[in-house]
Amino acid sequence: MSKRVALEASFAVAEAARMADVDVTAAYPITPQTHIPERLAEMVADGELDAAYIPVESEHSAMSACLGAAAVGARTFTATAGQGLELMHEVVYVASSMRYPIVMAVCNRALSAPLSVWGDHSDAMAVRDTGWIQVFCQNNQEAFDLTLWAFRVGEDPKVLFPVMVHLDGFTLSHVTEPVILPEQSEVDRFLPKFQYLFALNPDKPMTHGAFGPPEIYSEAKIAQEVAFRKSKEIILQGWNEFGNIFGRHYFPVEQYRTAGAKTLLLTMGSSTETAKIVIDERRDKGEAIGLISLRLWRPFPFEEFRQIVKGAETLIVLDRCISSGMGGPVFSEVRSALYNEVPKPKVVNIIGGLGGRDISENDFEYVIDRSREIAKQGSEKMLETVGVRGKMIGIRG
Amino acid sequence: MEGKTIKFGKNLVTTRESLAPGHNFCAGCGEALALRLALKALGENVIIANATGCIEICTSPLPYTSWRLPWMHTLFENTAAEISGVEAGLNILMKKGKIPQRDIKCIAIAGDGGTSDIGIQALSGAFERRHNFLYLCFDNEAYMNTGIQRSSATPYGASTTTAPAGKFSIGQITEKKNMVAIAVAHDIPYAATACHSYPFDLMNKVKKGAGIKGPAYIHILSCCPTGWRYPSNLTIEVGRLAVETGIFPLYEVDDGQYKLSIARPKLKPVEEYLKLQGRFRHLSDEEIKKIQGKTDRKYAKLRAKVAASAA
Ligand SMILES: Cc1ncc(C[n+]2csc(CCOP(=O)(O)OP(=O)(O)O)c2C)c(N)n1
Ligand code: SF4
Ligand SMILES: [Mg+2]
Repeated sequence: MSKRVALEASFAVAEAARMADVDVTAAYPITPQTHIPERLAEMVADGELDAAYIPVESEHSAMSACLGAAAVGARTFTATAGQGLELMHEVVYVASSMRYPIVMAVCNRALSAPLSVWGDHSDAMAVRDTGWIQVFCQNNQEAFDLTLWAFRVGEDPKVLFPVMVHLDGFTLSHVTEPVILPEQSEVDRFLPKFQYLFALNPDKPMTHGAFGPPEIYSEAKIAQEVAFRKSKEIILQGWNEFGNIFGRHYFPVEQYRTAGAKTLLLTMGSSTETAKIVIDERRDKGEAIGLISLRLWRPFPFEEFRQIVKGAETLIVLDRCISSGMGGPVFSEVRSALYNEVPKPKVVNIIGGLGGRDISENDFEYVIDRSREIAKQGSEKMLETVGVRGKMIGIRG
Repeated sequence: MEGKTIKFGKNLVTTRESLAPGHNFCAGCGEALALRLALKALGENVIIANATGCIEICTSPLPYTSWRLPWMHTLFENTAAEISGVEAGLNILMKKGKIPQRDIKCIAIAGDGGTSDIGIQALSGAFERRHNFLYLCFDNEAYMNTGIQRSSATPYGASTTTAPAGKFSIGQITEKKNMVAIAVAHDIPYAATACHSYPFDLMNKVKKGAGIKGPAYIHILSCCPTGWRYPSNLTIEVGRLAVETGIFPLYEVDDGQYKLSIARPKLKPVEEYLKLQGRFRHLSDEEIKKIQGKTDRKYAKLRAKVAASAA
């Protein structure tokens, strides 16, 4: 029997890694990720988890040790946040290019300077092009579910890509909520043993990581890209199987009260849950408004996204990150995904929730009303901020 | 003959070549020779993690490989961390019965730059955590792969592309970083120096290092005709002179106890070593005298450590 327990999201992630029977964890502490490696270390110390816990001296070494462990066929897990993800940046690319199916939880955190341990999506956006499968969680149950699912998908022989599970620092990582934990037998049914065909082994010498001269680098990268896009099939299959076994269903683009919506609000991560309250109120008053959330960030779910926003007049994108001189990165991507679509909604970009700034229900009210005004004015002023003291900046974008 | 063991004097050396021919090392490359010897000593039950640098670049242009051993390369500065993962991974997989129990030695390979500069943090971490691995530093005293830039292992007075000799500079103005002392400061069970010009000594040390439980470190002087600017047929001679002049003494540190591998009653003048190489050509007699003095002092210090260990 599965059981319902109160669990902090970080512990839910650690619990998923435990139930996945990970072999190696190498991690370096950084707020707000610390509870994950602490809990894993505790599990190993108490014999609840038979794994090697490598207390590395940096995040660069954390991911590097994960590469080594994955290369010999170990199921490998790590977690980081903000500066840690930036420090390991070059290694993050290597993990995907070497096709090592490492799973990493990222407790999203703002980037220095000024130093901030609090949440936003700057760290996630800085690694969006690294070739990892990436998903965003909205609540504790999802933190557990998606971590488990990440092993299943990443390790599939047709995939062999690392998977990043994003959960907002503090506003999700440190929140305690009820979580349904499955039986080990159910987990085992969902998640087969990791059998890595290319494990380094003296009986069958293999070269991992030869360098790519110009005659072959392009082919190597395109082959990687083809495989990465194909992984979508297994991503969906994984969610299907997950739904069949555990009864919870996940989709590349999550929808909330979108039927017939003329205005759509797009959020990612835990602020989605706050937005739902505002959407409920407005819907109940008869407004044609709905909420969507990108669950799958990479590979980008073009078809699902286009299909869902097709009927809307206005799409409001909330970004918790600034791409300097450009705007919100999520905004840029969804607008480009819609460029050739007819008809397509007007896309308005609101930037907020930086460095742990709360996005309240009131803020969402403002975001929705203001965005509709902006949309009416046309494409001259598509970018604004929410919850920032001082003059609102309206920027052409 | 491949793989058979034949007798060379009192040492047994395999004729197996784990490094396949057809690689891209320069003619007369000391790193290639030292690596070949080290691999002979290591045998086949190994997994190797290799840092970016001449060895990696010369042995692995996709789609080719010179490696007849399981080998991985990812980045420049992370080799010690990577081998930590390999070792921890193998151990836990064996413990959990997921792979058969056997003795697989984990080997890290890096240049002096990948070791004493950019990779020193990862290496210090791996030493401190007591992983069971052997780290081989192939020291050609500069970043050769990228074009002879100075490293912290470049000796005083050498001209490199980023510390060139000129009207107002003698080239490298700093002293060579003592990596072995740094390794020893981590209280690792075994550290040693070696050079390709002393092949049996090198192979014995590599074999010994691989047999140690815990971290072991071998710092291998690898003469580089391209970067040091000497004719490629002089690699063995240059390596011998480095040892005979006391510039690069061969010694072991067994559980903190220093022991000279080759104790010469009288050292040759450093000039004999320096004058063969273009990188030192600009040095005045006065500078050479300075280097002689420093070499003597360093050698005396080493002897004192050896004497203290014997006492
Ligand atoms: C992070 C990073 N910085 C710089 C480089 C460029 N780079 C590659 S190899 C190398 C020098 C290698 O020197 P060393 O470790 O001494 O090995 P050698 O080539 O001399 O054998 C440098 C600077 C890199 N690959 N990665
Ligand atoms: S540059 Fe020096 S170390 Fe590199 S391959 Fe050539 S001789 Fe060997
Ligand atoms: Mg070098």
